[in-house]
Amino acid sequence: MKDSRRFVIQGIFILVGIVYLVRLFYLQVVDDNYKSQADDNAIRRVIVYPHRGQILDRNGKLIVINESVYDISVIPKKAKIDDTLSFCNTMGVTRQYFDSVMTIATRSKYARGRPTVFLKQLSVNEFAHIQDRLINYPGFFYTSRAVRKYPQPTLANALGYIGEISEKRLENQNYYRQGDYIGISGVESYYEEQLRGQRGVRYVMVNVNGVEKGAFKEGTFDTSAVAGENLISSIDLDLQRYADSLMTNKIGSIVAIEPSTGEILTMVSAPSYDPNLLVGRLFGKNFSELQKNPYLPMYNRPIQAVYRPGSIFKLVQSLVALEEGVIDPQSQFACIKVPMKCHSHPSGHNDLHNAIEWSCNPYFYNVYRRIIYAQSSGNNWRDAPIGLMEWNKHVKTFGFGTRLDVDMPNVKRGFIPDTAIYNRSYGKSRWQFSNFYSVSIGEGELNVVPIQMANLAAIMANRGYYYTPHLIKRIGKNGNPLPQYQEKHHTSIKPEHFQTVVDGMEDAVKRGTVWSKARIPDIVMCGKTGTSQNKKGEKDHSVFVAFAPKDNPKIALAVYVENAGFGGFAAAPIASLIVEKYLKGHVDRTLLEKDFKLRNYMPKPKVDPKALKKDSTGSKPKPALPGFPKPDTSKQTKPIIVSNRTQSPTEKN
Amino acid sequence: MLYAQPRPGQEISTGKLDWLTVGLYTACVFAGWFNIFAAVYDPELHQSIFDFSINSGKQLFWIGSSLILILLIMIVDFKFFEAFAYIFYGLIAVALIGVIFLARDVHGAKAWFEIGSVRIQPSEFAKFVTALTLAKYLGDNEIKFDDTRTQLVCGAIIGIPALLILKQNDTGSALVFGAFILVLYREGLTPWVLILPIIAAVIVILSLIIEHLYLHIAVWVIIGLVILNLRWKSPRNILMSIGGGAFVSAMIELVGFFMFNVLQAHQRDRIMVLLKPETVDQKKIGWQVLQSKIAIGSGGFWGKGFLNGTQTKFDFVPAQSTDFIFATIGEEHGWIGGLIVFILIIGLLCRIVSLAERQRDRFSRVYGYSVACILFVHFAVNLGMAIGLLPVIGIPLPFFSYGGSSLWSFTILLWIFLKLDSHRIEVLSRL
Repeated sequence: MKDSRRFVIQGIFILVGIVYLVRLFYLQVVDDNYKSQADDNAIRRVIVYPHRGQILDRNGKLIVINESVYDISVIPKKAKIDDTLSFCNTMGVTRQYFDSVMTIATRSKYARGRPTVFLKQLSVNEFAHIQDRLINYPGFFYTSRAVRKYPQPTLANALGYIGEISEKRLENQNYYRQGDYIGISGVESYYEEQLRGQRGVRYVMVNVNGVEKGAFKEGTFDTSAVAGENLISSIDLDLQRYADSLMTNKIGSIVAIEPSTGEILTMVSAPSYDPNLLVGRLFGKNFSELQKNPYLPMYNRPIQAVYRPGSIFKLVQSLVALEEGVIDPQSQFACIKVPMKCHSHPSGHNDLHNAIEWSCNPYFYNVYRRIIYAQSSGNNWRDAPIGLMEWNKHVKTFGFGTRLDVDMPNVKRGFIPDTAIYNRSYGKSRWQFSNFYSVSIGEGELNVVPIQMANLAAIMANRGYYYTPHLIKRIGKNGNPLPQYQEKHHTSIKPEHFQTVVDGMEDAVKRGTVWSKARIPDIVMCGKTGTSQNKKGEKDHSVFVAFAPKDNPKIALAVYVENAGFGGFAAAPIASLIVEKYLKGHVDRTLLEKDFKLRNYMPKPKVDPKALKKDSTGSKPKPALPGFPKPDTSKQTKPIIVSNRTQSPTEKN
Repeated sequence: MLYAQPRPGQEISTGKLDWLTVGLYTACVFAGWFNIFAAVYDPELHQSIFDFSINSGKQLFWIGSSLILILLIMIVDFKFFEAFAYIFYGLIAVALIGVIFLARDVHGAKAWFEIGSVRIQPSEFAKFVTALTLAKYLGDNEIKFDDTRTQLVCGAIIGIPALLILKQNDTGSALVFGAFILVLYREGLTPWVLILPIIAAVIVILSLIIEHLYLHIAVWVIIGLVILNLRWKSPRNILMSIGGGAFVSAMIELVGFFMFNVLQAHQRDRIMVLLKPETVDQKKIGWQVLQSKIAIGSGGFWGKGFLNGTQTKFDFVPAQSTDFIFATIGEEHGWIGGLIVFILIIGLLCRIVSLAERQRDRFSRVYGYSVACILFVHFAVNLGMAIGLLPVIGIPLPFFSYGGSSLWSFTILLWIFLKLDSHRIEVLSRL
């Protein structure tokens, strides 16, 4: 009987063994949970961020670069400092600072084994001082990060800025993660995919205290980061800075284009801000201050500000009329100052050339009337919609009323009147030319953005076609622009019709509406002034489109200065200075240049006057914008100017 | 002299040694050594397995010194152990009492004598000494096991060291003395000594995880059914049944009292994390077991390979070279590694039982069963804790775990038996 107990006991041994083996099988083979938990424990996925592509100007000058900033960290467990005083001197910190950081770094056993940041965001210069001696201090090491840096404080709105990706953008994609940086506006956003490069991943092993213990499986699963493409911009940085300086104390835009390619040479949005403000630690603070600024420095006027074109639109009216055959260059209309006023000008022989030269309002009233009533059935109610839509079709081939595919997001399309809008306003077949005749001189329901005006100048320069304006001429060192910028867009106007109009533009500058000071002695510039009517009590906006030289043009541009009055007096001289600077490389007319740099067309801010402090003289409001340099009131009142500053606020912080 | 006179030199003769057991022992010890190295290996330092600054180097020293112990056991006369059993018992009792007063508190337990940098744990040696004493007592041919007095003496022999160790706050080691119940069962104690603890354990577990009201209802429904089905419904039988039901009901209620008034907080937590994990903070209480399960569970079928265990290398499992050595085995060698370890262990245990059965004197047999059962309880409790089937009880995995005291004591425990076994023929001659 007792012998059988031997088997009971052995049975118990074996039974327990089998139960345990089954349990073990469940843990190790059936349940996958523990494998992923083990990976969560011991393997950390570290993302290696590539360098974002840099942006250069057309001559190879750097516009946007990456600057390394350095953090110095310490792992107290490994740290060994023999002479604390000399260490503090090397690091440029006080003993108190050293003690306070080290107290935090050694607060617990866990913390002692992990890195704590000792010094943050050192610049290259500051770091160079420390780097060589860092090796003497085991346990101290540096990590570098790249931040955007703008050597010249310009082009802020065109370039845009980068920032942490928003919750909304994170949805429905699988590249970005929380906390990633992404281009949010401007070129940074439009070329995000080219600039960002390819992210790498590194798998490292960590121990129970979170201390890195080397690559997982010798880095078999790691992928290296591929740097983003550099972008070669069409911007001429010198010309850009010069244009910036001319727009000091003015609100408006300048867009200059190389007509033969559509490359944007200069793009000013005034007032603007120093792009270095939206980098690094002070991003949030500076961003909200810029947004509160009543002069809207973050408003990208060249592509977003919608204006009425004013008289420059007479160029389009002439061309459509010639193409439609409703006038010929010799057609004359008397300047009878009715129904719209005109300025005094020689009108004895008021043909098309003369009308453009002097911007004759009644002449274009008649031209536009002929376009609208080209289909003469005698019934104005019926003819007007047909004529309007014919005209609309022509105008849209100039890039008006359509969104030009400029390489920036949020380009506005403007508006070219069509039958729908008047049907809405007056009812179907209840309107005719007399209801919208102000469109004939670029007023009324017309809306255009400055880049479309510059594009018009390029069309005039090319006599009938354009390339979509763009800021980036090459992607990568030997790359090409995006394909959409190599495509020639023809207007619906035959090239021969441009002759008379261009001649008129030449004479407008030589002896017509353009202020004599805007003439460049040795360059033939063709231009057209415009005065965009403004609300009562406010000065009109000054517009000027031009190209030069007349033959084989190198530059076409539009200048738009708000509240500066008649186009020939403000926008034209600025345009002429830019043309001279670009074509000659220097400006001879220094007096004019100085005059326009100093002119101030800033209106009083319309928004939230309480947020603005009046300065002691009480003459001009000064925005309460910490971080901006104080205006130098002794020389000139500068309410807010950012475009020609040399010192960036970040350097002061 | 009843015993046959051994010829000179015969003591160290290994010809009659059970080489299968020796092989299993050696395999366990070296498997343990490699895994101790894996557990303490730091890939950055890239130490050698012989490095004396780490546990694997030290364990090699303990293995070497165990070899000397084995030689000593082989040299001394095999009657020595029986002859000196009571003296050992007296000495170890003194040591166990002494350690309560002299030892420093280490992790809440006062279990170690410290001599220089060496720590000696008397409770480790108490196991084989108790086994020897029990064997010697039962080995006396005059003793009748059915005698209540005999059973009480046996209980005292086992109970005294167990209570002293419990007093040291070393619950795990005290629990090991429960192994002797199996030995006594083999020697003729009623099977109820096995069945009743199992029933009690089931009741305790149920009362901890199920609403008491339901348990009481269930108990009384069963009692009712028993009474209805009694073949002979005498008042005595009915009363006995009701009494049994009342006892179980009282027990259910007393478990709570026991849990909160007898057990310490950490012991209570260790039980609850197993039965009702959702009621305790797993980050704190269940950390060790959870990490052990993660390490083992991540090993998969084939394991990650020697020195490739991430959980092991980076110290996620606490005490992984000592009590949780199986976490290292499970992670690096997978289910297959676990299977091999189980085959070694079960093989060793069954072999010892077979050897015990072939002894012709009761002393050797009782001692042999004691060895098998002590080892079994260690294996069962240690592995059960590592794979999350039993609460955390800090006892080592024999032969595998790092530690001098434990390796020495298990070596002595086993090799005394091997020595006795090798002389079993001579023992025969006394009959």
